[in-house]
Parts: sequence; C-alpha cells; structure tokens
Amino acid sequence: MKCADILEKISDYLDKELDPSICKEIENHVQDCEPCIAFLNTMRKTVELFNDVGKRETEIPGPVSDKLMNFLKQNVIEKK
Amino acid sequence: MFMYHYMQNRFLAFSISKMEDAEKETYSKEQKAPDKDGLLVKQVLEGDYGAFEQLVKRHQSRVFYHAMRFLNRQEDAEDILQDTFLRAFKGLGSFRGDSSFLTWLLKIATNNCLMKLRKSKKMDIVSLDKPVEIDGSELPREIEDWSNNPSDQRLEDETREFLNKAMARLPEDKRMVLVLKDVEGFTNLEISETLGMSVAAVKSRLHRARLAMRDLLSHYFEEREVNYKRNIQ
Ligand SMILES: [Zn+2]
Repeated sequence: MKCADILEKISDYLDKELDPSICKEIENHVQDCEPCIAFLNTMRKTVELFNDVGKRETEIPGPVSDKLMNFLKQNVIEKK
Repeated sequence: MFMYHYMQNRFLAFSISKMEDAEKETYSKEQKAPDKDGLLVKQVLEGDYGAFEQLVKRHQSRVFYHAMRFLNRQEDAEDILQDTFLRAFKGLGSFRGDSSFLTWLLKIATNNCLMKLRKSKKMDIVSLDKPVEIDGSELPREIEDWSNNPSDQRLEDETREFLNKAMARLPEDKRMVLVLKDVEGFTNLEISETLGMSVAAVKSRLHRARLAMRDLLSHYFEEREVNYKRNIQ
C-alpha cells in the first residue's frame, strides 16, 4: 500500500465500503505516514463539514414560503 | 501544544469505528422524522389538505436550498420548489415509505433540477464561479492538517458560506453527487437511481468531488490562519 493507493481509496474507506483486510492495510500504512494522517483527517473533516451543511439548514425566506403556499392552494384545492 | 495536536490527530486517524457510531446516532435522529411524515401523508391521502400544508412547512427549506445548490439562482429554485410540492401532492399515493419522505421529495426535486438544467443548456449556459480543476490525483508531500481548525460545536456562518461557494464551483455531475451524498445523506444506490448512473460512477464522482473540496478548504483555512495571525499581531 502506497500513498497513492490511500489517495485513491480514501472515500471508500471513510464510507466503509472496503473489505476489512484493505482497511487494515490502509491503517497500517497511515500509522507511519505523516502526510497520509493529515490527508485522512482533512478529508474526513471535509465530509463532516458538508454533512453539517445539510443538518443546519437556514429557514426559507418568508416571501418564498408565502408564494409557495399560495401557489399550492391555487393549484391543488381550486383545481380539485 | 504541538504534541497535543499531533496526538489528537493520531487519535482521529484511528477512531473510524467510533466515528461510525456517532454518525449513526445523528442519522437515527433524522430518521425519527418519517414517523410524523408517514402519519401526515396518510392524513393527506384521506383528504386533509391541512396535513399537506404541514408537510410543506416541514420540508420547504430543505427542498429550496437543495434546488439552490443545483441551480444557483433563487428564481429557478422557487420554480423547483413549487413544482416539487405540486408533483409530490399529485403523486403522494406512490410514496411507499422505503426511504424517508424527505428523500422521496429530494428525488423529485433533483429530477426537476435536472430537467431545468437540460433546458437552460439549450438556451444559455448558466455561468458559475470559476470551476475547480479536477484531477491530478497526486498526494502533495506537505499536507497541512487543518482538521481541528473550525469550532466543532457550531459550523460558523462564514465557513458555511464558503462551503456553498465551493460546491458551486464543482462541475455539475460531481456537485450533484456530493450534494446528494454528503449534504443530504443519500445512499450510493439512491443516488445511482436518482441520477441514472451506475454506483461505480457515483463513487468515482463523489471521490473526485471530495478531493476538490478538500483542496479548496485547505486554501481557505490556510488563508484564515494567516489573517488570524495578522490580526492578533
Ligand atoms: Zn502515505
């Protein structure tokens, strides 16, 4: 396992899509490879940051919501 | 101090399995939502329009910002929002509850976005910020570890704004996969069904997208660090 292999497999590793034996190989390599530790940590953080974007959603602007509600009322109730 | 960070990084690198449990916890929190949604869906199907309005209120923000990420224009996102809920209402009988109601909605929204993108391409190309260069899969020798950089408790507004801008710079196909997977929490299979591509293609796009985002974030945190140091001097 080389640094380039880690680079290629990192997403699958973080998503737990790899066989345990390959995970083990990755972990063995990373243990002694400073750049790969930093790479793994920052890659994981990247994914976490985007996970957070979805969880902390801002409220929709009021006028957009009002427009939506009116649109639906018109198209759903009145056309029934 | 250096030692502390170093140790922590080591620890982080090997805490994958613990991470997984933490992730599952946050996801299961979200998965409590379908119960309430399922009930509301049933009420709507029995003719209760008020229940539909509740469903809309619960999910309108997610659908709207989802569309914004794909289309980068409020006017378009509003169209998608309206059309998505209208379609959802008409097709509610086909909601089986295999995935969460939100996932089902976001699939409809994604399809609407795809149609809109195809149409707009025939007329004019939606111009974004400078797209990121994707490729060159070589691990740089020196990697700054900024993973402890932003506060873990709260994603700062500034960082979030940056993430949205960074996403907008991805080529469309990779942006969609990244949004569906990392922002919305779709499975690879759900993404492959939604976008009509193989799971292998999903994975490869996701990987490229994440690499590009990691790169942009590296520059971002580096700059922030420099500015921070300048300010405290
Ligand atoms: Zn390495």
